[in-house]
Amino acid sequence: MDALTRNKKKVAHSQTPPLYKRTNSSPLKKAPKSQKPPLKKQRKGISEEKPEVSTDEKEEEEEENELSDQGDEGSESGSDFFSDDDDDDGEDTEPLAGDFIDGSDHEEGILGSDFGGSKLERKSRAIDRKRKKEEKDAEDEFKMNIKEIPDEFQLPTQKELEEEARRPPDLPSLQIRIREIVRVLSNFKDLRPKGDKHERTDFVEQLKADLGSYYGYNEFLIGTLIEMFPVVELMELIEAFEKKRPTSIRTNTLKTRRRDLADVLLNRGVNLDPLSKWSKVGLIVYDSQVPIGATPEYLAGFYMLQSASSFLPVMALAPREKERVVDMAAAPGGKTTYVAALMKNTGIIYANEMKVPRLKSLSANLHRMGVTNTIVCNYDGRELPKVLGQNSVDRVLLDAPCSGTGVISKDESVKTSKSADDIKKFAHLQKQLILGAIDLVDANSKTGGYIVYSTCSIMIPEVGEPYFFCSTFFFFSWHLHVLSLFSFVQQIMQNEAVIDYALKNRDVKLVPCGLDFGRPGFSSFIEHRFHPSLEKTRRFYPHIHNMDGFFVAKLKKMSNAMQPSGNVEPDITMEQAQVSSSDDDDEKVEAIEESEKPPVTNGQPKRESNTRENKNKQKIPRSKEIDKGKRNKYTKTGSSNVEEPRKQKKKRSQWKNEIAQAREEKRKAMRENAKEKPKHRG
Amino acid sequence: MRPLDETETTVVFEKLFKFVGNNLKKIVENPSDEGPESTPGSYCFRLQKNRVYYVSEALVKRATNISRKNLVSFGTCIGKYTHAGSFHLTIMSLNILAANAKHKVWLKPTSEMSFLYGNHVLKGGLGRITDSIVPGDGVVVFSMSDVPLGFGIAAKSTQDCRKLDPNGIVVLHQADIGEYLRDEDDL
Repeated sequence: MDALTRNKKKVAHSQTPPLYKRTNSSPLKKAPKSQKPPLKKQRKGISEEKPEVSTDEKEEEEEENELSDQGDEGSESGSDFFSDDDDDDGEDTEPLAGDFIDGSDHEEGILGSDFGGSKLERKSRAIDRKRKKEEKDAEDEFKMNIKEIPDEFQLPTQKELEEEARRPPDLPSLQIRIREIVRVLSNFKDLRPKGDKHERTDFVEQLKADLGSYYGYNEFLIGTLIEMFPVVELMELIEAFEKKRPTSIRTNTLKTRRRDLADVLLNRGVNLDPLSKWSKVGLIVYDSQVPIGATPEYLAGFYMLQSASSFLPVMALAPREKERVVDMAAAPGGKTTYVAALMKNTGIIYANEMKVPRLKSLSANLHRMGVTNTIVCNYDGRELPKVLGQNSVDRVLLDAPCSGTGVISKDESVKTSKSADDIKKFAHLQKQLILGAIDLVDANSKTGGYIVYSTCSIMIPEVGEPYFFCSTFFFFSWHLHVLSLFSFVQQIMQNEAVIDYALKNRDVKLVPCGLDFGRPGFSSFIEHRFHPSLEKTRRFYPHIHNMDGFFVAKLKKMSNAMQPSGNVEPDITMEQAQVSSSDDDDEKVEAIEESEKPPVTNGQPKRESNTRENKNKQKIPRSKEIDKGKRNKYTKTGSSNVEEPRKQKKKRSQWKNEIAQAREEKRKAMRENAKEKPKHRG
Repeated sequence: MRPLDETETTVVFEKLFKFVGNNLKKIVENPSDEGPESTPGSYCFRLQKNRVYYVSEALVKRATNISRKNLVSFGTCIGKYTHAGSFHLTIMSLNILAANAKHKVWLKPTSEMSFLYGNHVLKGGLGRITDSIVPGDGVVVFSMSDVPLGFGIAAKSTQDCRKLDPNGIVVLHQADIGEYLRDEDDL
């Protein structure tokens, strides 16, 4: 507004004739007018006073000047000119072109040096000036555009945030800001805006808020996800959650073969492919002309609509023929029918489902697929050991009810409906279920003794504790209310925590699932430490494996005792040393390193470390601090030497001892390496 | 869950006989691989909540410790009793019937979907038909690729079928696999 008044004043001072303002068609009239020599003088006069004007208001000024010019020109040249101009203007292509030309004329501080020149000369000069003006304007505009997107990204100030909160969310700018923050966070040291006093946490907080409003998550879920993944992967995860996973189907090997089924479906016009290398019965459906869930083949039980992630727990379970298997949460029956197919209708399956409405679909699916060796019952999973008897079956599959965070792509309401309380509730239920499952299994069974726990959730809290762990799942593209960050983290550990709980309360141990293409589970997360063997569990994410978020863990029952024996070794082998690079948590890397038994070849160092372990037993529980750095700092003291075998150990410190043991061995190995090196040199 | 008594057994067997004829023997004495023991047991019929189940003995033994109100299904459900006391075969028995059927009918691809919607089989949709069908016989309906689609009651004998006009009903629809989608709740 200042610019406008300034211009008016200038115009008043200059020698220009009285203003004849025409506001309506100013852009159109600019082009021809600028070519009229007698009018140039006035424009020049005006332009003289303009050079100091700031660039931001340049366009406004140009507008005004053009207006005033037009007014001048109009008044000077009379109506004839105007009419001519109008005609010419009508044929003018771009209204903006006129702006440039006029502006360029204005900006040149050339006084009436061409005053007396010939018409031709003046014309040529005008054309030159026009060209220069265009170039300059183009450059300026270029710069102006860049200026709007600042080179250095700045976090919005409090004021800006408040204003934004009042307005409806501006999605494109949100997205730009999200991208900028991700870029900065990915390499914070280098890309941090200079002179910016914000810490990393400020950026993270802003990112959380933006992601929440852009994608529709509540704070709890976003906060949890940010803790679990590095920023770039987080973006991939969230994008994957937005999209649906492709439909996949599973061939029913009781009735047909995958090849034959694929042929038949192709004839019907279904566009499909084999699922992936790791499955011989899966097919992925890209699109189809007929509804894939209503073909005669589907109705005849030749295949089952099942998400790829649901194949995994059954593959991990690997039931054999003539075994007794329990599926504790069986509806709608995809996994149960898969188990029956693997068992070729031999043995017995107990399919249990707690919710009555889901029983119908369970029995319908079983009958449709031609499964005859199944008993369907309606119990709460926790009662099953009483009903079926303890230590009575060979394998148990527990696909626990979960928060559904792995299947966000299927059900968007998960994004907003899951809070920490929900997850706590689920975790408690899952812990009880897993203990029940463990009690069902007979450790002395000839072929079995395995429990597979899976969930379609990627929350660590739900998965962790008891041995369980249960889709991904929803699955990241994959699903509260404000909690403090500290308690978040406490909740977060549940997935792995569930498994951990089982490890502590029963005589079981983790074994490799046989699903090598997944990500190993977390054995430590921020301040929580779990049993190091938890890395044998497998996590599947939408953005990496293109299936719903899922978590799978396979346990083997060692004995029927109700107490964990001391023999729960962190079965550390070199096999799955896939230290997931996703976790930018140093602690986790540390844990994995420790849990990887260094190549300790001879038995002596082991024995030594064992004794030292026992000595340190007393120290370890206390030294098991949350702090990152303290882990390696606990001292070895010769406290009371409890040489007794592990049965004497308390449950609490048992697994901590194992971790300490692993650490000890690693230290030993490093010491040995250090000794070797000087020997080499010597 | 209890074994069928005399009257119930006769009713069930009669119904089955309509479809499978002498193969009934095979059904009843089928050796089963189910159960963890290696010796094959045999199948039997059990009644639970008005539904009749065809199940192997090993399974029956193990299902006994599940209480009545929590036991939902075991083995294969082949049919249910109505209030009046008559017995109807349901679609879930299709596997057993199809394996042992005496009278079969094959449908043309064009009329498959019509039958799956619950319509009767018309002459125009008939692809093949076994001989010696008497009206009132149980007939199992297949598609041309030998996929069992359902079953019904023959309306005409094989000879009469040939003389029928294309819109005449050949098989009266009783059950089809489309019911898995249509009548999920009734199963």
